[in-house]
Amino acid sequence: MTVMANLQIAPLACQGLGLQLGGRSVLRDIDLAAIQGETLAIVGPNGSGKSSLLKLLAGLRKPGSGRVDLLGEPLAQLPRRRIAQALALVEQQADTADAISVYDAVALGRTPWLSALAPFASQDRAIVEQALADLDALHLRTRLWHSLSGGERQRVHIARALAQRPQVLLLDEPTNHLDIQHQLSLLQQVQALSVTTLVALHDLNQALTCDRVAVLDQGHLVALGKPFDVLTPERLLSTFGVHAHYLTDPFDGARILRFRAP
Amino acid sequence: MSRLLPYSVLALAALCAALLAGTAIGESDLAPNVVYQVLANHLWQAGYPVDPIDAGIVWNYRLTRTLVAAACGAGLATCGVILQALLRNPLAEPYLLGLSAGASTGAVLVGLLGLGSVALSMSGGAFIGALAAFTLVLVLARAAGPSNNNAQVILAGIAGSQLFTALTAFLITKSATAEQARGILFWLLGNLSGVRWPSVWLALPVALFGLVVCLWHRRALDAFTFGTDSAASLGIPVRRTQLLLISCAALVTAVMVSIVGAIGFVGLVIPHALRLLLGPGHSRLLPASALGGALFLITADILSRTLIPGQVIPVGVVTALIGAPVFALILVSRRGRP
Repeated sequence: MTVMANLQIAPLACQGLGLQLGGRSVLRDIDLAAIQGETLAIVGPNGSGKSSLLKLLAGLRKPGSGRVDLLGEPLAQLPRRRIAQALALVEQQADTADAISVYDAVALGRTPWLSALAPFASQDRAIVEQALADLDALHLRTRLWHSLSGGERQRVHIARALAQRPQVLLLDEPTNHLDIQHQLSLLQQVQALSVTTLVALHDLNQALTCDRVAVLDQGHLVALGKPFDVLTPERLLSTFGVHAHYLTDPFDGARILRFRAP
Repeated sequence: MSRLLPYSVLALAALCAALLAGTAIGESDLAPNVVYQVLANHLWQAGYPVDPIDAGIVWNYRLTRTLVAAACGAGLATCGVILQALLRNPLAEPYLLGLSAGASTGAVLVGLLGLGSVALSMSGGAFIGALAAFTLVLVLARAAGPSNNNAQVILAGIAGSQLFTALTAFLITKSATAEQARGILFWLLGNLSGVRWPSVWLALPVALFGLVVCLWHRRALDAFTFGTDSAASLGIPVRRTQLLLISCAALVTAVMVSIVGAIGFVGLVIPHALRLLLGPGHSRLLPASALGGALFLITADILSRTLIPGQVIPVGVVTALIGAPVFALILVSRRGRP
């Protein structure tokens, strides 16, 4: 795996990434390289810097130190439009008061590919339809934004990100505020996508189902690797401050985490 | 394109009808055929014999103020659309950035103190005052925090407006006679009486320029639907786009304010009403708002000339008299929506 990663250019990588906000160090010296096609979970307690890391990786904030490379090119020197053609971000809470339809909201994803004079072509329409289909949201297409439930909104946001046809997808706690059924189906849909995905997650059992896990602790990247190598009981105690045990589900033999307050 | 054509024809027809109405209706009763003859004489040298006073009223008085009303309405409504889109605030309107307050201070300075009265007209003073206020608001917003925070721009705008309104009031109470104060008040409320052809040749190109610049950036404006971070991740250079379009709005507004004074509610009500009718997409909303603003202000101008016989009400009073109830209606009809 490491040989493969070294041979290929990482779709998204950062070196020595750091960020200070109001004199406080939010992120310190993060080195991270995503592997082509993987789903990488980013976990950590509240305030550990998950959202800030995603914002830096998306180029929405300037890092205090270090650099980000997107498809082998330094992010800081790429125009916004070029970044948006390769990378899409779904924020935690992006809302609007506008009466925009689901189809139009997803069609916004084509923005980086359209110029002022180019009309919205049949090819763009096909991509939007495909993105809606991928997220199982075709039936929502004429619904207005404010009539959608939280889970439906999240799916529309992700569909918009997919309509950008990115090679890298960044998701900030996409399962937040969703009921358990929608959490599971959304995560399944995301993992089925072929794009390289970095996803900030709160639920550690959900992180166990991803290809790799990165653990942030007070702005440091303290662990990175296969879920069961990384999310050890010792790690969970030192980073999250909880006792954890692995149980085996008699139904399918899957290992799951159970937590106890110390 | 084929879907666009009938709407464009309809829009053009509505605009022509409104321009004709604005030219035909006024304080002095002129027969429709006199109006037609004057227009025909000027447009295609028809050579009808008409009274030169009637010709002057139609061509130099009514037509000019109707054309300026159309340009101002279109320009202010366009500015309202882009400010509401960029600042993500439903209360954003062209005067939010302190422009009208700055313009009034500039005009009053010129009018009262005779500051450079040889070189500067009251309009020139208003234009400089508007841009000065806008610059102050921009600097204040920039100093107050990161560009992603729209509240900073709005708060800075309020601070700037208050400051310049106070300055204007101070100047008037300190040095104006009652007669001067009345004249200034009349001007501040929006006034199309003084406009002639030079104003038309200033207002029309500026309104058109504003509309074209905004239409060019229509996709960028759409991309702001879910906020500035979302726009940035859709490939919009947020800071550059905001600065360019807000400056464009400021320039258009400053020109309009310097010609006709502060005409309220057009930039606020028209975009909201049309967004309810057409949805938020800017490729339709921008031209529709420009047309709606033009029709609205032409109508308001006709009313301002005819409501009280023998007296012209400031057009800003009429727009507020129509605009306030319409805005209240919009607010009530939005009840139950997030």
